[in-house]
Amino acid sequence: MARKLPAAEDQSRAPGFSRRNFLKTAGVGAAASTVVGVGGACTKEPTVIGPDATTLRLRVNGTTQTVTVEPRVTLLNALRNELDLTGAKEVCNRGACGGCTVLLDGDPIKACMMLAADAEGHEITTVEGLGSPDEMSPLQKAFVEADALQCGFCTPGFVVSGTALLAKNPDPTLDEIKDGLAGNLCRCGTYSRIFEAVQKTARRG
Amino acid sequence: MHNFELAKAYTTTQARDLLAEKPNSILKAGGIDVIDHLKQHLIAPNRLVDIKSVSGLDDIDVDRDGNLRIGALVTLARVAADEDIKKDFPALAQACGEAASPQIRNVATIGGNLLQRPRCWYYRLESYKCIKKGGDTCFAIAGMNRYNVIFGGGPAYPPHPSSAAVPLVAYGASLVLEGPEGTRTVPAGEFFVLPDVDPERENTLGEGEILTEIRVPAAAGKKSAYAEVRERAGFDWPVVSAAVAVEEDGGSVKSARIVLGQVATIPWRATKAEEALVGQPLGAASAEAAGQAAVDGAEPMTDNGYKVDLVTALVRRVVASLA
Repeated sequence: MARKLPAAEDQSRAPGFSRRNFLKTAGVGAAASTVVGVGGACTKEPTVIGPDATTLRLRVNGTTQTVTVEPRVTLLNALRNELDLTGAKEVCNRGACGGCTVLLDGDPIKACMMLAADAEGHEITTVEGLGSPDEMSPLQKAFVEADALQCGFCTPGFVVSGTALLAKNPDPTLDEIKDGLAGNLCRCGTYSRIFEAVQKTARRG
Repeated sequence: MHNFELAKAYTTTQARDLLAEKPNSILKAGGIDVIDHLKQHLIAPNRLVDIKSVSGLDDIDVDRDGNLRIGALVTLARVAADEDIKKDFPALAQACGEAASPQIRNVATIGGNLLQRPRCWYYRLESYKCIKKGGDTCFAIAGMNRYNVIFGGGPAYPPHPSSAAVPLVAYGASLVLEGPEGTRTVPAGEFFVLPDVDPERENTLGEGEILTEIRVPAAAGKKSAYAEVRERAGFDWPVVSAAVAVEEDGGSVKSARIVLGQVATIPWRATKAEEALVGQPLGAASAEAAGQAAVDGAEPMTDNGYKVDLVTALVRRVVASLA
């Protein structure tokens, strides 16, 4: 009685994100050869990459990009150093601060704690994929209006986490906003304005 | 970070073969604790065997009788959001939903949560060759030990880090382990081992074994709750956690399991507190008695005596919430 999760369906409705099932078969399936095992069941053959650099195909902000990196390279370093997407920040580099938050199939994750190779076959969205200075997303606009930053270093992570929160829960309570953003730290302490920016965006629908 | 090969397995047999094929290979699923170990230079594997794509290990399933099975690769976020688990095993949903941060819960698996290594800073720092890393000293004894254990310590004193293990032991869950010699099922309460058995490990997972599934018996969570105390309201490690599961019979407690987290080297059964509840109706008086009894045998270190009072208060609160 395996059940599909409501979350997966929510993500499939968000623009720019494909269904996880599609990604699993299209992404991983394309990268690995398939053999028919005993009993007719389809079993893929194992793959081994590295320790030298290997070419990976990453779906980032709606386009397929290739990077040639060693297996130890994190998704964050691949995005920043290979693809020049420097919105996601390296701060604590241990999964504690949320400065490197990106979306993986619509879910926020910490890019410093994931190997780039593990992101193959998934849809990655960085803060650059949410909007641009000329065409900001509603939450990015609300951050500007609410003056929800001081040094700004944590801002991309908060915007990405906040975007994921609102995609799942379009009308969050203040407590739900705090829970949704609990994995992001702001050392300037602009939390109240960050919460305000998320609330403002929610109210505008 | 040390460089390595990355192998991807699609079946547990492939994973075991990939593991055996190259010396100094280790398994990874979500990879959070493995990457942390790599970044801290605590491990230097030749090969990581990624089991995230192994099929059949990422389902949540409740059978007709109400028994719960969770594949080891199910993320903490999915456990926390699952409607059946929230309804029938609320302590588990609660513990997984409060673990780490939203971003980590989307990647970290329940299997990895159970198998993660301790958070003690002496263990996590490369420069301290502590007893958990083959040294002969637990630096927490004479050092900074405010987050260390009050139960089950010696010769090492790190708290067991798993949040999910606390309700799972309270529920009498068992773990399915698939190894070269076949598959075995171990009660969660027997899987974790004290440091005096072997200070370098926290459980009995064997060489080449893979944790594939967690099984929770039906109705184990019928009357159960979990709570934890953190220094920050948001994303933080708990300093104390407690899961309580009781079975009632005619207005009084027939059996109880009270398990404490973050205060012992394993998920800690507070058996005296369980005994204090049996035969009593759930209420303020029995909650108080259970809270007092829960700290029986506590041996605080120099800086963590506060955990004794927190255990009493938390057990009282969680038991009272069931009344």
